[in-house]
Amino acid sequence: MSSSPAPARAPLTWRQRLSRWDQRLSPYLFISPFFLLFLVTGLFPIVYTAWVSLHDWDLIMGQGPFVGLQNFQDVLGSANFYKALRNTFSIFLLSSVPQVIAAILIAYVLDANLRAKTFWRMGVLLPYVIAPVAVSLIFGKIFADESGLVNSLLGTMGIDGIGWHKSPFAAHLAIATMVNFRWTGYNALIFLAAMQAVPREIYEAAIIDGASRMHRFLHVTVPMLRPTIIFVVITSTIGGLQIFDEPRMFDTSGLGGADRQWMTMTMYLYELGWGPQVSFGKASAVAWLLFLIIVLIGLLNFAITRRIASGGSAHPTTRRTRGRRG
Amino acid sequence: MKPTRRTVLAGTAAAAAAASLAACGGGSGSDSATNADGKVELTVATFNEFGYEELFTQYMDENPDVIIKAKKAATSDDARKNLMTGLAAGKGLADIEGVEVAWWAELAQYAQKFEDLASPEVEGRWVEWKTEAATVDGKLLGYGTDIGPEAIAYRSDLFAKAGLPSSREEVAALLEGGWDTYFEVGQQFVQAAGIPWYDGAGGTYNGMIQQVANPYEKSDGTPIPLKDNADVKSVYDQLAAHKDLSAGLAQWSEDWTAAFQNDGFATMLCPAWMTGPIQGNSEGVEGWDIANVFPGGGGNWGGSYLSVPAQGKNVEAAKKLAAWLTAPEQQIVAFKAKGTFPSQKKALESADVTGVTNEFFNDAPVGQIFSDRATAIETQPFVGPKFFVINTVVADAITRWDVDGGDPAASWDQAITQYDELGLS
Repeated sequence: MSSSPAPARAPLTWRQRLSRWDQRLSPYLFISPFFLLFLVTGLFPIVYTAWVSLHDWDLIMGQGPFVGLQNFQDVLGSANFYKALRNTFSIFLLSSVPQVIAAILIAYVLDANLRAKTFWRMGVLLPYVIAPVAVSLIFGKIFADESGLVNSLLGTMGIDGIGWHKSPFAAHLAIATMVNFRWTGYNALIFLAAMQAVPREIYEAAIIDGASRMHRFLHVTVPMLRPTIIFVVITSTIGGLQIFDEPRMFDTSGLGGADRQWMTMTMYLYELGWGPQVSFGKASAVAWLLFLIIVLIGLLNFAITRRIASGGSAHPTTRRTRGRRG
Repeated sequence: MKPTRRTVLAGTAAAAAAASLAACGGGSGSDSATNADGKVELTVATFNEFGYEELFTQYMDENPDVIIKAKKAATSDDARKNLMTGLAAGKGLADIEGVEVAWWAELAQYAQKFEDLASPEVEGRWVEWKTEAATVDGKLLGYGTDIGPEAIAYRSDLFAKAGLPSSREEVAALLEGGWDTYFEVGQQFVQAAGIPWYDGAGGTYNGMIQQVANPYEKSDGTPIPLKDNADVKSVYDQLAAHKDLSAGLAQWSEDWTAAFQNDGFATMLCPAWMTGPIQGNSEGVEGWDIANVFPGGGGNWGGSYLSVPAQGKNVEAAKKLAAWLTAPEQQIVAFKAKGTFPSQKKALESADVTGVTNEFFNDAPVGQIFSDRATAIETQPFVGPKFFVINTVVADAITRWDVDGGDPAASWDQAITQYDELGLS
């Protein structure tokens, strides 16, 4: 539709004008419910949290005096904040990296011609169905320091037990195991769906070119999965930085250990706001810092994704040359 | 103007969205004091086991105009969260809320959100320190239900193996005295048996700190800086010096539970309600007994109250019900149902309570023992609003060497740093 009005044209009637607005504004109106909802449930809390973080704010008594950036100063000056940061990233890396690799391998096996396919495929989803609390009960027995299954097994092999609740790294490993137990199967199914979308002709061509099974996996399957890998990495980043259930259930007090060995950012936030300090101001400051960190990681993700995407377009050539070589 | 169908639709959608948002603020509490039949509806929120089921039916039979609705949280932690959220929101709480003694520390600052329950009718009903703990500026915030007077639970078979006297009278005589005596006998035991004396320094610390009049705060509520807190440091040092007596187990942890099955330790501080968990964890283990003694006299651990939040619609009816439920006669019924040890003076003297024995603990007269332990308690520590923050710092410091195997001196320094980070003073 041409939008340049002819100077000689008669002014539009009310009805015509309405119809024009209708065409211009309607699309925005139609997508507006999401944004209105986001405004109320997303943006407003974010802004309000910033407002709270600048005050001395009690859980029950509410708003206190304005304190400026004091809450941020307190939080950034506290050793616990850096412990929480370290723990969150450590647990995140220990869970996400092996998880994505294992999920791809499992998906590859499930993609093969197995008997009772549906049984195996549903089987990997089973851990996902179990409630996190039940998972932590089971793993609590497995990773108990003295009476646990893992340490008993190590004991029979003559190896000293590992202090799962003592050293930070061991605790992170145990928690990451819980997370992996729950999410690997789920991600495997996503990868499986993506793998089945890979055209079989490419595999056939690779076989004719003489590519071995290993080569086909590394040079056909994995590159074709790139967009899915990016998706899984982004979702597990978001989930990983907000991890709460598993570390909180890792012992009975739920504070993350006496030395805060496995206290994550969200647990730190929770302890400040709902723990004995009941300081919503400090909790909000942590929430904002976590928000900024996630934005930072998001930008980083975005940059990497763009690089991978451009690498992806150049990618068929590499595959062809490699295929020939193999 | 003649609106098109589309603009009307959009307008309706916006209105609907606004309406649904407004509805979010509504909440589900009923606004009328009485229901359709003209009956007063009272909700009672408790946690774990208060043992009131039978009593509710009885009260409704005796008061046909009252309907009681029970809300029971699985753990006290859930109940605390629910209470705090309801207080913050100003609505959504039950007419009567169960309160764990430990919560008064933080609830004291919100005293105006609770009804004053003091009345001549209930005066002198409870042991003094029970009422004192729930009194803020002369205002009684809760009616006492149960208490946790502490005795010593011990393994008579392990005592015998170590060549120590093992009958409960002899053990009571052996341990009579202060904590020094308890640690000394422990040393003898550990040397003879090679088994830890108590379950963990954390649980023992809890018992010891309950005997300090002002553990972390002066009576006006100002926190005592941790580096100048001689009382806490002395308790800490005693425990650190007797590190070898501890099994190094954090209470309620997986390893703690498992240790009951493999002779992990010989004694533990045992409040009345702990008899249940000990029995549950020690299934198949014989030899547990209870001695009528507690180092340093008496100590209380835990116990609950019934409070009436001011936001309720039927506060008068709620007060009446709370007073009835916490009367000695009713508390005895609850004690028989769920073993909640009564805090009422009359109930403590009643033969219904003192006559109770426990088969698992070698038929120990637990009713008499805990009654005696309850009367031995003279005071309760001052618990101000900062009690929990500071207690967590010290408890963590102890766990760092007792459970995690760190160095007590370094751990204390770390605790002082953490205290300073709290910015309390």
